[in-house]
Amino acid sequence: MDLSAINPILLIASLMVAATPLLLAAVGELVVEKAGVLNLGVEGMMIVGAISGFSIAVETGSPWLGFLASAVGGAVLSLLFVILTQVALANQVASGLALTLFGLGISSLMGQSYVGVKPPATPDLYIPILSDIPVIGPIVFSHDLILYLGIMIVAAVWATLKYTRVGLILRAVGENHDAAHALGYKVVRIRIMAIMFGGACAGLGGAYISLIRVPQWTEGMTAGIGWIALALVVFASWKPWRVLLGAYLFGGITVLQLNLQAAGVAIPVEYLAMSPYIITILVLVILSADKSSAPASLGRIFHASH
Amino acid sequence: MKRTSLLAGVALALGLATGAMADTTKVGFVYVGPVGDGGWTYEHDQGRKAVVEEFGDKVETVYVENVAEGPDAERVITQMALQGADLIFTTSFGYMDQTVNVAKKFPKVKFEHATGYKTADNVSVYSARFYEGRAVQGHIAGKMTKSNIVGYIASFPIPEVIRGINSAYIHAKKVNPDVQFKIIWAYTWFDPAKEADAAKALIEQGADVVLQHTDSTAPQAAAKAAGNVITFGQASDMSEYAPFPRVSSIIDDWAPYYIARTKAVMDGTWTSTNTWDGIGAGMVGIGEISDAVPADVKAEALALKDAIASGEYSPFTGPLKKQDGSDWLGDGETADDGTLAGMNFYVEGLEGDIPQ
Repeated sequence: MDLSAINPILLIASLMVAATPLLLAAVGELVVEKAGVLNLGVEGMMIVGAISGFSIAVETGSPWLGFLASAVGGAVLSLLFVILTQVALANQVASGLALTLFGLGISSLMGQSYVGVKPPATPDLYIPILSDIPVIGPIVFSHDLILYLGIMIVAAVWATLKYTRVGLILRAVGENHDAAHALGYKVVRIRIMAIMFGGACAGLGGAYISLIRVPQWTEGMTAGIGWIALALVVFASWKPWRVLLGAYLFGGITVLQLNLQAAGVAIPVEYLAMSPYIITILVLVILSADKSSAPASLGRIFHASH
Repeated sequence: MKRTSLLAGVALALGLATGAMADTTKVGFVYVGPVGDGGWTYEHDQGRKAVVEEFGDKVETVYVENVAEGPDAERVITQMALQGADLIFTTSFGYMDQTVNVAKKFPKVKFEHATGYKTADNVSVYSARFYEGRAVQGHIAGKMTKSNIVGYIASFPIPEVIRGINSAYIHAKKVNPDVQFKIIWAYTWFDPAKEADAAKALIEQGADVVLQHTDSTAPQAAAKAAGNVITFGQASDMSEYAPFPRVSSIIDDWAPYYIARTKAVMDGTWTSTNTWDGIGAGMVGIGEISDAVPADVKAEALALKDAIASGEYSPFTGPLKKQDGSDWLGDGETADDGTLAGMNFYVEGLEGDIPQ
């Protein structure tokens, strides 16, 4: 065993990178669920975002245009979910599953000519002086912009839900869509915007994998992160900061356990491999002892005539 | 009225189509990853395409991608058998029990399970001696490493993977007594993000050679980003990362086997077999060793490859001890296939335990 082989600064820096796709997807889904819609298509929107972002970044040479395209791609795919659930009033669970299957399929079609292509590098932020501070510099001040954007989105979602009128309306729609409708709020329109926001966030998360974390395009490369994001929203009791905590815990322990394995720590590998799941669930379940519950209208279909 | 007749027409056309195809042989493939993974599944699908090319209209192939190992595979294999497949290749270790179960229910359908060890009257197993290729990789890794730390991304603790680790280690150690292996069990065959994280963890801990037994090219990308780390293509050539970081590769070539087995079904000569071919038979190929490798090392690696191919050298030749120090093979003794097929121990010098 040689724990000194693990560099804690590099470890923390890389756990933040590992957590970001999950964080982006989960915070988007949180807003969707707060509006009373259960979209199981996160995985599909992520993978479409991953290839949309990748292809645009490769074609234009600009990772930023790529990220923009990924958000658009995710949002456009979520429109399919909008049509099914908000216009045709189809079952949300079935529509979400269909969205994931469709997303996986169409992304592999879109990605045919991008296998083995190297994307343009996304530059890390470099702030003179701040980035050079020992320990804190590499951890806090020298990542790519999207990582900070993820944290900012969490903060913005938290503030919006808690302190603004828009957030109050969104929550009202999610808690009781009939009452919100009676008050004159456009339930369907609000939900459509929430779903598209969720799609854009999931798309960004997917592109973070294909442009920064891996970086390359491979079919099915999100490999289930969308599903973990869905579970994370529930375990985080629909609270933005807990989503952040959960994502960092999960990403952190995933990276940590790989490092521990490489360092030859004498903990059986099976326990290390399951540890990210177990510890994240445990911590969030303990935190959710405060009886916070799901939005009351979650997954229910709304029609103005009801 | 019109719709009814249209439906009838479609039904008739379908009926004709199935009638016309009655003498074609239907071959099914069950894949663990997507065909575009650039590695393991990609090569199996190349084999499938070779079957189509060889037999043309006389054969019809179907495949299902991303089939999870475990119970769900049974459903997929059953579905394929129900759809009239005559021959089904299940191409991952974790489909073993499911393949055997389904085979019991469809005695007339022939099954071929890759990398497993359970056979039946209508179940053959086939695998490639990837560890022969690992020996060549280990040799190059031992020669090329400057930090003397070789990272190894392992997938699941099954004999096939353990053989690869042992073979690579033995041959790295032979040319570099100071070499140390750091092994990460990823518990996945295909998860680019996790494979990338594993590669980064190994590189951060000083590895300047990364070997992988997972299917995607993500570790190659991580090595490329690090700049001074070499890798090897796994299952497929992964030549898009050549000449650096990818300096060579193990290539699985299933096409001749798939064509031969399909032919056997067509001719009615198919019998249950246990095939385990290596470099000599062409089932395992060594991808071009790039110029990043010094010429003398390249020549040695090719000589090692030729010796293995001709059968004059076995990668598991004594004297070899097990990790616990007990004797395994005496001087000049070679391992028998039974021990290799069930290998569940590290050789002497490797650190850590194999997950049980």
